[in-house]
Order: sequence, then structure tokens, then C-alpha cells
Amino acid sequence: MLTYLLLALLAVTIAAYFAGFTKARSFATAPGCSPQHSLSGYHGAFVAAWAGIPSFLLVLLWLLFQGPVIDSLLVSSLPPDRVEGLDIGQLNLLVSEIKSVAKGNVFSEPDAVVLAGAERYNSWSTIAIWAMVASVLSLSVAALFIARSKLAPRFRARNQVEWITSVLMIVCSLIAILTTIGIVASLLYETLRFFSMVSPFQFFFGLNWEPQIAMREDQVTSGGAFGAIPVYVGTMLIAFIAMLVATPIGLFSAVYLTEYASSGMRAVVKPLLEILAGIPTVVYGFFAVLTVAPAMREFGEFLGFAIAPNSALAAGAVMGIMLIPFISSLSDDALAAVPQSLRDGSYGLGATKGETISKVLLPAALPGIMGGILLAVSRAIGETMIVVMAAGIIAALTLNPFEPVTTVTVQIVTLLIGDTEFDNPKTLAAFALGLVLFLVTLCLNVIALSIVRKYREQYD
Amino acid sequence: MVKGSLTMDQQVVSPETTTIRSVVENPKITSKDVCVFYGDKQALFDVNIDIPRFAVTSLIGPSGCGKSTYLRCINRMNDTIPIARVTGEIKIDNQDIHDPDLDVVELRARVGMVFQKPNPFPKSIFENVAYGPRIHGLVKGKTDLEELVATSLERAGLWGEVKDRIHEPGTGLSGGQQQRLCIARAIATKPDIILMDEPCSALDPIATAKVEELMMELCENYTIVIVTHSMAQAQRVSQTTAFFHIGYMVEYGDTKQIFEDPQDKRTQDYIFGRFG
Repeated sequence: MLTYLLLALLAVTIAAYFAGFTKARSFATAPGCSPQHSLSGYHGAFVAAWAGIPSFLLVLLWLLFQGPVIDSLLVSSLPPDRVEGLDIGQLNLLVSEIKSVAKGNVFSEPDAVVLAGAERYNSWSTIAIWAMVASVLSLSVAALFIARSKLAPRFRARNQVEWITSVLMIVCSLIAILTTIGIVASLLYETLRFFSMVSPFQFFFGLNWEPQIAMREDQVTSGGAFGAIPVYVGTMLIAFIAMLVATPIGLFSAVYLTEYASSGMRAVVKPLLEILAGIPTVVYGFFAVLTVAPAMREFGEFLGFAIAPNSALAAGAVMGIMLIPFISSLSDDALAAVPQSLRDGSYGLGATKGETISKVLLPAALPGIMGGILLAVSRAIGETMIVVMAAGIIAALTLNPFEPVTTVTVQIVTLLIGDTEFDNPKTLAAFALGLVLFLVTLCLNVIALSIVRKYREQYD
Repeated sequence: MVKGSLTMDQQVVSPETTTIRSVVENPKITSKDVCVFYGDKQALFDVNIDIPRFAVTSLIGPSGCGKSTYLRCINRMNDTIPIARVTGEIKIDNQDIHDPDLDVVELRARVGMVFQKPNPFPKSIFENVAYGPRIHGLVKGKTDLEELVATSLERAGLWGEVKDRIHEPGTGLSGGQQQRLCIARAIATKPDIILMDEPCSALDPIATAKVEELMMELCENYTIVIVTHSMAQAQRVSQTTAFFHIGYMVEYGDTKQIFEDPQDKRTQDYIFGRFG
């Protein structure tokens, strides 16, 4: 029904366009008329916008309020002796039973009150839908005629359409912004709930992370410990290893591509490097678990010391490989943006290629390179799939790269997997971890972007 | 050393490529049949010039005539362009610059270059000037370096204007100051030749006058070759002038004679403003 309504609305809108267009045409061809302010197409678009947009908004509002209104009608129509003494939960249960009966899902023999309620619910639903169709279509048609009657040769349809377009664009950007604010607000709300159960002091400074919740009173780990330090140290360790791999490789490959490679070589190598950025992280995860980690363990055995199968080194190294294209492509842009005149100036003074790169080009491109590195760091901290597959789950407080460590993202995933209830600190801890993670990456991104922006102004 | 004196002789290569050139005694730079190719395209045809020492030589001609290309042959800057190929012979003080025993890095330390657009490095004024001496190991110790930087800036006529802010960025100077900083930077590597590729084209008249004055002072100690679009500038600063046209060196001689009594029809047309 809704689909047909929207199609009908679309048809009215298209009809409105032609109605406006033909009326505007008649001004243009009428003899002795003053010249038209706007092209006929703008008149058509003006009428179409008025016929289409308000009615569409009405559909959205109607759908938003139809459910609650019918529900409250239903509750108030139930016999008082049946509703008396029920709390909110039981009342909701009754309403959803009536609704499922109304849809025809009858499991056991429903009582008379429920049957009568289901009947009323169905009839109200039908009335609501037809009322919506009638009111939306009549609004649309009425708007069409009102807007069309406004058209005149000197009517500024062009400016009006411009205004409507700008409002639409503002709405679109608001949706993105409001979604972000909503996500942050919900994170913040759940985090505050978490901190009402676990003290922030324990979370930020505790050295023990064991987020289990007792099923029975006498269980061994009945308390659950929420000291997040080991988790953050693990995250930093893996990110550090990743950057240790990615920074030199990415930077040097960028230097090679901008300064040494022939154009043919560049045309081949650059896209190949960018393919790395297109590999799904879950594939990197396989690679870490099935190839890198066993190879490292065997190598460690060969040298005579133990490397854990899910060591920080394996996860970090593979994550570093994932980050190479990030750093190389941003460094490449930064180096390419250094004006040729600086290279000429350095060569003209008798500098070799290496001296020119290390003493002139890299310092000049440093802000851009730093921006790239910081963006990569925030990627490394927030990266989930590789560490879920390749890093450990136990939060050990260690800086040894051969030991397993866990990360914030891994902990969030494990805390929220399976059946979860959002009333205990175990699940709410995920939100606190997430909020801190968000704040850290936000800061890194802001710093990185401001550095990149500053550097852009330098040569303009 | 004695300044080279000029005598005229005429050498006919073909009717199209008549070259009128001067014989310079004891030249600093000699070029024999220098050709430059960019890929398949030949940009410079058999250029023969002897450039006198301790003088300013200007290269003039319409855009795309090959004068900058020739200038860039003298310190082998064309090596940095992958598709460029240079043939012929260029000698500085009778030493072939394409000799495999000669390192291009040493050559460029002896032949300084100043570019069309001022191109100071994004470093401090001090670091800009100290760059060349540092990479060539010209000085030992901090005080020697500071002295060399100061004398280089002094010679470039910039010391008085920047001595109080020597550690501020070189890119913060005005255009004319930046260009003189680039000259100081070139001087600091103790070259005997300074090449200037349209050094004043990005400067206003007052800054131009200062740089020109500087060139006239510097030619007492350096051999200067300058590419310029301004015929007035060539007349003001140079003792000898070469006129280039579509890849050929058409006429070369005493500046006064080139501007007052050009021998070749093409030179006449260009100098008297009939094209270009």
C-alpha cells in the first residue's frame, strides 16, 4: 500500500512539473506579455517541489505517529477490569499479543478480550492507511494548484527553486551531523551508566582486566575487574609494531616512486601498492593467523625461544602491511607537492640525489608525511578484524612483542558477542572502551588534518 | 687574469644557420658543436660559444629559442631530465665537463646557478646559505661556517637587511631579497661561474636594479652567464651577448656591437623589435 502511495505521489509530482511548465510556456507565447523572469523549467520544478516535498514529509510523520496513536487507542479501549493491576511490561505483552493475533499468528486459543482487541486493531489500521492515502494525495494536489496559481511572467521561480535546493542540501548535511552526535550521545550515556557501577578511577588506572560477571554467588571470579590499562597498553603495543613496519616501508616506497622510479615503473608500482589498500581486512586476518604467525613461531623455535601463536608481533606486522599504502600514498602526495624549483636549487648547488631528498625534500614534505603517519596511527588503533583474528583475548600487561596481548577493539567485540544484557558492567564496559577509543582517534585525526592543512598553505 | 678581448670572424655553416661569432682569447667556457635533444626533438643545434672570464655574458632570444637549454648544459642540469641528451663538447678552463673522471657534483659546486623564480629552501636564512658549504665540507667548525655565511650574504648585498633575523625562514623575505638569498647561496659554495636563468623576471623594477647592480659587482670575481628576456637588461649588465633563435646560436659578440650594429638579419629583426 505504501509503495503504491509513493508511486502515486511521484506521478503527481511529475504531473505538477508539466503543469507548471505548460503554464509558464503559455506566458512566453502570449502576445504583449512582459518577458519571463525564469525559464519555464524552473516554473515546473517550483510546482513539482511544492506538490512533492510537503506530502512526502507528511507520509514520514504519519508513519512515525500512526503506531503509538493506535497503541494508545487500543489500550484505552480495553475493558478496565482486564487492564487493572498490570504494570508497563505486562501491558506491552498484552498489546503485542493482540497485534500478533491481528496479523493471524494464533498459537493458543486467545480469550475474547484479545480477539475483540485484534478486530479493533485491524479496523483502525485500515482506517489509518486510507486516511493517510487520502490526506497525502489531497495535500499534494492542493499544493500543486496553489503553487501553479502563483505562477506569473515576473514570478521568480528560479530563486525559489534555488532556495528549495539549498534547504535540501542543508537537511542532507544535518542528517550526517545529527547521526554522529547521536552515536556519541548514546556512547556517552552508556558510558555514564558504566561509571555509575564501576568507578572511573578503577577503569582508567586499574591494572587488571577480567570483565567476567558471576553467574553464581560463590563463583571464583565473582567481582570482575575493569582496569583498562592492560587493554590500552596492548593496543598501543600492536599499533607501535604496525607503525614500525609501515612507516619506513611506506615512506621509502614513496621516495622511490617520486624521486627514482621511471614513469613506466611508477605507472605499474603505484596501482599495485594501492591494491594493498583494497584488500579486505579479514583477508589480512587469515594471512596473519595462517601464514605469518606460524612462520614466526617456527622461526622463534629455530632460534630457541618461544613465540606465542597469537603474538603481538604477528598481528602488528600484518597490520603494518595493511597501513603501507596509507603512508606511501600520502607521503607520495606530499613529496610530489614539493616544487621542482627546490630540487633544481639543490642539484644546482651540487647536492646529490640522496642529499637533496634527505636535506630538502623530506623536511619540506614533513608536515604532509606527519599527517599521513598520524592518520595511519588512528587507523591502527581502531582496526578490528586483523586483531580479532590474530591477537589474544587475555589482557596481559606486557611490552614483550612475542607474548599475546589484547586490544580495545578485540575486547569490545568479545564483550558484545553472544546473548548480552545491557544492565551489567560487563557489556557496558564495551561502551566505555569505545568512547575512549573514539576520543583518541578523534584527537589524532584533528591533529593530523590540521597539520596537513597547514602544509597545504605553504606552497600556494 | 686578463679579461678576454674580442675579435670578429664569420663562419658559414649553411645559409640557414649562419653563425657570426667572436673569438675570445683565454675563454672561461668553450663550447664546440653542442646539440641537445629532448627525446626525438632536437632543441639546440651545433652551438659554438667561447665565454670570457670575469665578465657578464647574456643570452638573448625569443621564448623557446634554446638559450635556457644552453645555460643548463654548462652545469649539466639537463642530466636531471631523463629524456634529455647532450652531444658536443663543453670545456671549463680547458677541462671537459663530460669527462667521466669529473663528478657532476663537483662541477655544480664550481658552477653556481640562480633560477628564474626565487627558490629558497623552506629553512632559515642561515641554513639556506650554509647548505652548500655543509654538503661539500667546505668549512671546519661552526665559526668558519658562520663567517662564510656572513661573507656570502655580504657579497650578495643582503647582510645589512637580514643580519638581525638570520635564523628566520628564508621564505619570509620579499621576492627580491629571496633572489639575492639564492645568489648568496650560490656564492657560498665558492664557484667561479654563476649561471642565472632570467633572475629578474619575477622581480619588481627596484629589486631588479639591485640584482643588476650585484651582477656588475660580482663579475669582478666571477664569470657570469645570464639568460634574459629584457634587452635593456642585457645592454645594462653584460659585456658580451649571444642571440639565439629556434635552436641556433645566430650571432655572438660584444654587447654594444650586437645592439648597435647587428650583422645577421634575424638579429636585426629581433633587436629592432620586428618580432619576438
